[in-house]
Amino acid sequence: MPMHLSLPTRLLLLAAIAGLALFPLTGSIFYMQLLTKVMILAIFAMSLDLLVGYTGLVSLGHAAFFGLAGYGLALVQPAYDPMSVFVSLPAALALCALFALASGALVLRTRGIYFIMVTLAFAQMVYFVFHDTKVGGGSDGIYINMKPVVGWGDVSLINLDNRSTLYWVVLVLMVAVYLLLARILQSNFGRALQGIKVNEHRMRAIGFPVFRYQLGVYVLSGVLAGLAGYLAALQFGFVNPEIVSWHQSGAVLMMVILGGMGTLIGPIVGAFAFVLLEEFFKDDTVFGAFAKHWQLMMGGLIVLVACFLPRGLVGLLQRRKSGEGEGGGHA
Amino acid sequence: MDQVASVLIQLLNGVQYGLLLFLVASGLTLIFGIMGVINLAHGSFYMIGAYLAWSLSSMTGNLLYAILIGIPLSVALGLFLERFLIRYFYHRDHLYQVLVTYGLILIFEELRSLLWGDDVQGVAVPAILNHSIPLSDTLSYPVYRLMMSAVCLAIALGMYLLIQRTRLGMMIRAGAHNREMTEAMGINIRLLFALVFALGVALAAFAGLIAAPVSSVYPNMGSQVLIICFVVVVIGGIGSVKGALFGALLIGLTDTFGQVYLPQVAGMMVYLLMAAVLIFRPEGLFRKT
Repeated sequence: MPMHLSLPTRLLLLAAIAGLALFPLTGSIFYMQLLTKVMILAIFAMSLDLLVGYTGLVSLGHAAFFGLAGYGLALVQPAYDPMSVFVSLPAALALCALFALASGALVLRTRGIYFIMVTLAFAQMVYFVFHDTKVGGGSDGIYINMKPVVGWGDVSLINLDNRSTLYWVVLVLMVAVYLLLARILQSNFGRALQGIKVNEHRMRAIGFPVFRYQLGVYVLSGVLAGLAGYLAALQFGFVNPEIVSWHQSGAVLMMVILGGMGTLIGPIVGAFAFVLLEEFFKDDTVFGAFAKHWQLMMGGLIVLVACFLPRGLVGLLQRRKSGEGEGGGHA
Repeated sequence: MDQVASVLIQLLNGVQYGLLLFLVASGLTLIFGIMGVINLAHGSFYMIGAYLAWSLSSMTGNLLYAILIGIPLSVALGLFLERFLIRYFYHRDHLYQVLVTYGLILIFEELRSLLWGDDVQGVAVPAILNHSIPLSDTLSYPVYRLMMSAVCLAIALGMYLLIQRTRLGMMIRAGAHNREMTEAMGINIRLLFALVFALGVALAAFAGLIAAPVSSVYPNMGSQVLIICFVVVVIGGIGSVKGALFGALLIGLTDTFGQVYLPQVAGMMVYLLMAAVLIFRPEGLFRKT
């Protein structure tokens, strides 16, 4: 666990993880599946925070990686023959890494507004590959009939068909990604990234290969987003071009900022808050017929967050402790 | 003969599509270049224009009246948004501009749904322009589309004159070049920004108004145009109206001929074009640095 967290914060986190771990015992299948989805999105949001919050690269095309990995799983696995996760997962992630390497080499030639537009455009290109060609069933998408097998041949270690098992696997992965990122951000590589965010020219002047670092973090972020996309496709057993759409990219960016960018807890909090708010706005027992127009409330909320909550929900708590120079560093 | 005529038709369609994109992209590039604001909601203004064309022309019975009423409405919308929302984001990180304008897209889409419903609508071409010019025995070209191109060209020329030859244009150029210095020279930069934003909104809405009979009117029609216009701006260079014109024509022709001759990859072609520009000139074709 990251060194800079205070003891109460750590205890709170451990309590939250324990609470999540025990949740399936309540037996509410609907909420268990919803939380599985939330935790997958939390991994997705953490991967984006690595770019936006820590390296200062605002990407509006992160859904490309999410979708590529989902389609990777759907395409690499034979239709009616389960395949080992040890084959399909590396294949899906490798696809993301390759795309991140190729697109990253181009998008990282640009900065600021250009970077935002170009990442969006590349994600849109991926969208059209799946929407217009027959590669992934066109606009109808494809079903993933079999869950991948965790094991080899006849040996299966974990049964992903079981909803609670899948829930726990996703929880473990979310915590693992959190710990991995916390570790990376404390390393020399992670510190250099935060230096690049604050002053790119100075980092270059003192001899850091800025482009290589940025490309490195772009690929890492793409692969982690891919992990989330793989899990999402696995959970729903279905992929269509909408998972690559730019609304997906916008939503995940919203999660990062709603929770608090430049902190690792922020994106997790943001994913929970975003999905639960979405479910609340869609609830027709609360809003009646107006629930159909839940996006109006979501849009209003996004505008309000942009106006009044730039550091997100986590920032709201941090401000009270004020001035304690936390690791994130805001520009 | 038919062969030549069909190529000619594609050419005219490509130019017409490109000029339409120019109307949207020029506002986008001016708002980027002068105000430093990335506006994702720009596509929504195009959609609003198209829906105004539909609802106002069914009320008044003629598209021309709809255009005459629609333009002042869109200018008012632009001034309102600038005054009460966008103004507070000039000095904020692009990230928050992305967020607030993304929120606006959701709001506009739902308001559209509440106000005008979710159905696809058609708009009639005004009777005066509802003719076709025969090109060969079987092929002909609609006058309305020619008229669209002519109007767009006239607007492009008007913008050129406005920016290069008038006092307001001088201020716009100065603002694009160096915001702080322009302000220090005593130019009312707040008023200038409000005007530029309203101009951008009006151009996008006007594009939607005149495109309505050709493209029909449907939900989410703004997003598609917005993303293509981003590509136009990236190719042309931020802040360059000339670049926007060139980029828009290039994209319009590429996309139109792509749809006809390579339909499988047409959706991707404009993005590949953008990638090629990024390799050779990452700052865009027309950006002076």
